[in-house]
Amino acid sequence: MEKKIDKTIDKSIDKTGVRIGMWLFLYTEIILFGGLFVLYAAYFHKFPDLFAQGGKELNRVLGTVNTAVLLISSFTVAASITALQRGKKGQTISLLLFSIFCGAVFLVNKYFEWSAKFHHDIFPNSATLQDGPDGLNIFFGLYYVITGLHGLHVIIGMLLLTITLVLVIKERVHKDRFQLLENSGLYWHLVDLIWIFVFPLFYLVL
Amino acid sequence: MNATESFYNTPSPPGLKGIWAWLLTHDHKRIGIMYLWSVGFWFCVALCCGLLMRIELMWVGKTIMGPEIYNSLFTLHGVIMVFLFVIPAVPSIFGNFFLPIQIGADDVFFPRLNLLSWYLFMLGGLLAIVSLFLGEGFPDTGWTFYVPFSLTTDKNVVLTVTAAFILGMSSMLTGLNFITTVHRMRTKDMGWMQMPLFTWSLYATSWVQILATPVLSITLLMVIFERVFAIGLFDPGKGGDPILYQHLFWMYSHPAVYIMILPAMGVISEIIPVFSRKAVFGYKGIVISSMGIAVAGSLVWAHHMYTSGMSDVAIFVFSLLTFLVAIPTAVKVFSWIATMYKGAIEMTPPLYLALIFIYLFCIGGLTGLILGAAGTDIHLHDTHFVVSHFHFAMFGGTGFAFFAALHYWWPKMFGIMYDFKKAYIGATLAAVGFIFHYIPMFILGMQGMPRRYYDYLPKFERGNFLAGLGGFLMVIGILLMFYNLLISFRKKKGAPQDPWGGTTLEWSVPSPPPLHNFVEEPQVKEYPYDFSEVIARAQEAQEAQDAQEAQDSEEEDGEKDR
Repeated sequence: MEKKIDKTIDKSIDKTGVRIGMWLFLYTEIILFGGLFVLYAAYFHKFPDLFAQGGKELNRVLGTVNTAVLLISSFTVAASITALQRGKKGQTISLLLFSIFCGAVFLVNKYFEWSAKFHHDIFPNSATLQDGPDGLNIFFGLYYVITGLHGLHVIIGMLLLTITLVLVIKERVHKDRFQLLENSGLYWHLVDLIWIFVFPLFYLVL
Repeated sequence: MNATESFYNTPSPPGLKGIWAWLLTHDHKRIGIMYLWSVGFWFCVALCCGLLMRIELMWVGKTIMGPEIYNSLFTLHGVIMVFLFVIPAVPSIFGNFFLPIQIGADDVFFPRLNLLSWYLFMLGGLLAIVSLFLGEGFPDTGWTFYVPFSLTTDKNVVLTVTAAFILGMSSMLTGLNFITTVHRMRTKDMGWMQMPLFTWSLYATSWVQILATPVLSITLLMVIFERVFAIGLFDPGKGGDPILYQHLFWMYSHPAVYIMILPAMGVISEIIPVFSRKAVFGYKGIVISSMGIAVAGSLVWAHHMYTSGMSDVAIFVFSLLTFLVAIPTAVKVFSWIATMYKGAIEMTPPLYLALIFIYLFCIGGLTGLILGAAGTDIHLHDTHFVVSHFHFAMFGGTGFAFFAALHYWWPKMFGIMYDFKKAYIGATLAAVGFIFHYIPMFILGMQGMPRRYYDYLPKFERGNFLAGLGGFLMVIGILLMFYNLLISFRKKKGAPQDPWGGTTLEWSVPSPPPLHNFVEEPQVKEYPYDFSEVIARAQEAQEAQDAQEAQDSEEEDGEKDR
């Protein structure tokens, strides 16, 4: 007896599969930053003293504030997932809004930090860096590349969270279908995680 | 068997008609076909570039183009062949089409992502073309974009690098999709050790793609940053180190060689047992060696840099690691040969091409050992010997495996059969031309002719001239093979469901397959290469034929008696 395949039944979402896909993607993101960290390691080995000197010029207060902001937003994103799973739509929306706000705060801080540096003539290809010692030029070069790429990821993460937020409001993402929120949340955690490595490398290097 | 509508006739998603049914499809088979035409197009473009270069090199001095066009041409040839043909060819075309069918699934896990991969692929290709006509012309750096030249040349490097970045992204997403598909969508009856070897090779490849491609992405991004902002990360004048660029670049690009060759080996592992009517020798050995190549191949990148100025210890270590990769590769080759030993070999175009693959790839692999040893490499580095070596491995390997796969799966993909005689002639011409094309380059390389050079000393002229002739022969053979396949659309000689006597799941569905791949629940065999049924079927047919003949002759005898 031939068994016919019923194509109508198997339409539920494979949550584990979606999660595997996302984790694999996050893995590629980590390797992407890994290349930059390899570069950092090589140059740190070459110019340890100048890297320490460069680190002292960075604003540690702003860095710490940004770290705190990202950690808090990571928590609120995680909380929003739990809120959605419990079916509390309003709570989810406010938690997501707060997380996006935290991302914005992070970027504003970064803006002030970068413009202060620019003001002191410290930016790629600037006269101060070109004429100064090589190690300092590399340190700030890496600083701009890594934090710039990280900032780009913050923006992408905020976009993802915003899209999710809209879909939560429209009830396309809800209690039984929260994969998008979960995956955006995972992405946001990744952004946070990378910052946790970036922060000590640049601000606390001594 | 009830008649089924093939996926060509079922618009997907439902409601879409004409071209939109293709451009917005989520069907992995249609996406595979779309890749087939786009990759085929790029292959022909790059083939022409290669041929033009060889014509230029046939005679000393300027023949048909100046040095600047020559530099752009070899860059174009390299970029297209590497990023738009060799890397995507087998996984994107045949992987997309057959991986889900081989594991009994009705699609890949992320169908929309799959479509996105195709669009990224097309976008990357488009950007590569656009960069030809914008700015100061196509980059002349070679496909490796080595600093400092790629930072100082005034050609349009940024756009081409962006194209390569996007193509890397496409390849990564395909890999991610395949891994998830294999893990989550394998039919429940199929254990890991019941998976066909082609699927296994794609699985290993996908891991390499995910592991290695982001390193390329970041390297290319840094080239863009360097060009736009002049930071100096690779500029010794500003404290940077150009060797670091090479490390990062080869950390991807060496594993990329295994992204290219592993699926090709998977194709060969499918073809050899089918036409030997014998279970593949050492199934587990082939599986383990695929994963072994994926791991070991990621550790050998610095053998491209023996002459770049590394420490002797590093050279020694990387030389040793390079030799280690030969072990899993040899395991595969010996398994294929052992499979054919005492098999009931049936010669067909796919098997013929697979045998050519083994022969050419072995030459490519063995000359790789000569380059892997630091002592000989110092002499041969950046000579035509290297050019010949990687063309033997990549073109003789992946290229011919691609042709073999095309001939093997053509009846399944389109439901039509091609002419065998033309296929044999085309394949022979291509293989003979190939050998005449590249063997002279080994000799030229050992005599000291450098690669990437537009002109050369008169003493190299004879070798280059002969190589050019071989090149023409090879191109004619390849075009004949393609012509033969394309003409089969006109003649429409229908192909049966299982023309070769294959045992993997794709041969249990109609040709071409229906929209949801399977008409009935897929029957997974205890062991994927169990040919007892195929042989029994053939014997039955033979016996029936014998009986028929006996009856005929009896009747004849009767007539005589009367």
